[in-house]
Amino acid sequence: MTTPMSKPRPGPMKLTDALQYRLPLAGVVSILHRVSGLIMFVLMPFIIWMFDTSLSSEVSYERFTAAFSVGLGPLPGVLVKLVALALIWAYLHHLIAGVRHVWMDVAHSVSKEQGRSSAVFTMAASIALTLLLGAKLFGAY
Amino acid sequence: MSTNFGSKRIVTGAHYGLRDWLAQRITGALMALFTLVVLVQVLLPGPMGYDKWAGIFAAQWMKVLTFVVIVSLLVHVWVGVRDILMDYVKPVGTRLVLQVATLVWLVGCAGWALQVLWRL
Repeated sequence: MTTPMSKPRPGPMKLTDALQYRLPLAGVVSILHRVSGLIMFVLMPFIIWMFDTSLSSEVSYERFTAAFSVGLGPLPGVLVKLVALALIWAYLHHLIAGVRHVWMDVAHSVSKEQGRSSAVFTMAASIALTLLLGAKLFGAY
Repeated sequence: MSTNFGSKRIVTGAHYGLRDWLAQRITGALMALFTLVVLVQVLLPGPMGYDKWAGIFAAQWMKVLTFVVIVSLLVHVWVGVRDILMDYVKPVGTRLVLQVATLVWLVGCAGWALQVLWRL
């Protein structure tokens, strides 16, 4: 199936060109699944620090809670809370998008429409829970 | 002798990728379950403070469960980050360095977390 005088193949798409295409919501969920995983990977030492400091002793537990109000070294408490909020979103999105994957595996829910509706659910649930937990974190209740 | 190592390694075909595909789902399910177990204990009646929090992880069964989850996390993150590196880092030397750095990062974090667990 070769055409006479075929052009040379274009090779992989440039990122600048790829970004001009509208990504369907399922695509957004997918790339955010990857991004959220990467965020948690990079912040792993902070997560373990929280685990360590909160569990070691009553005194260190106070230091743990103080990090979110007074701050951590040069970082003000608000910044620490924002990082924690990013982690909350990352975990929630990654978990719900992951469950969506398993749902697709188990229920064979792979039509375009099913992909769209499960993507809507993923975005709605993860953002809603992030806002709920974020409000608690920032002292709304 | 089979000739499928080194430059002759085959990265397609029957069962290729099945182990990691399954590993992500099993480790993911374990971690989701762990999240639920911790959440339930946190939401049990009583003020949240050091005693309640440290009490959760002091129980022997909880230590064993947390250990399994830390190992699961190690596997899960490795597969995930390795896939990212495979997709975006084409030069082999650079990718090797980043993969080694990833593993060192992960093993270090796991070791630290285990140390915290077993101090209680």
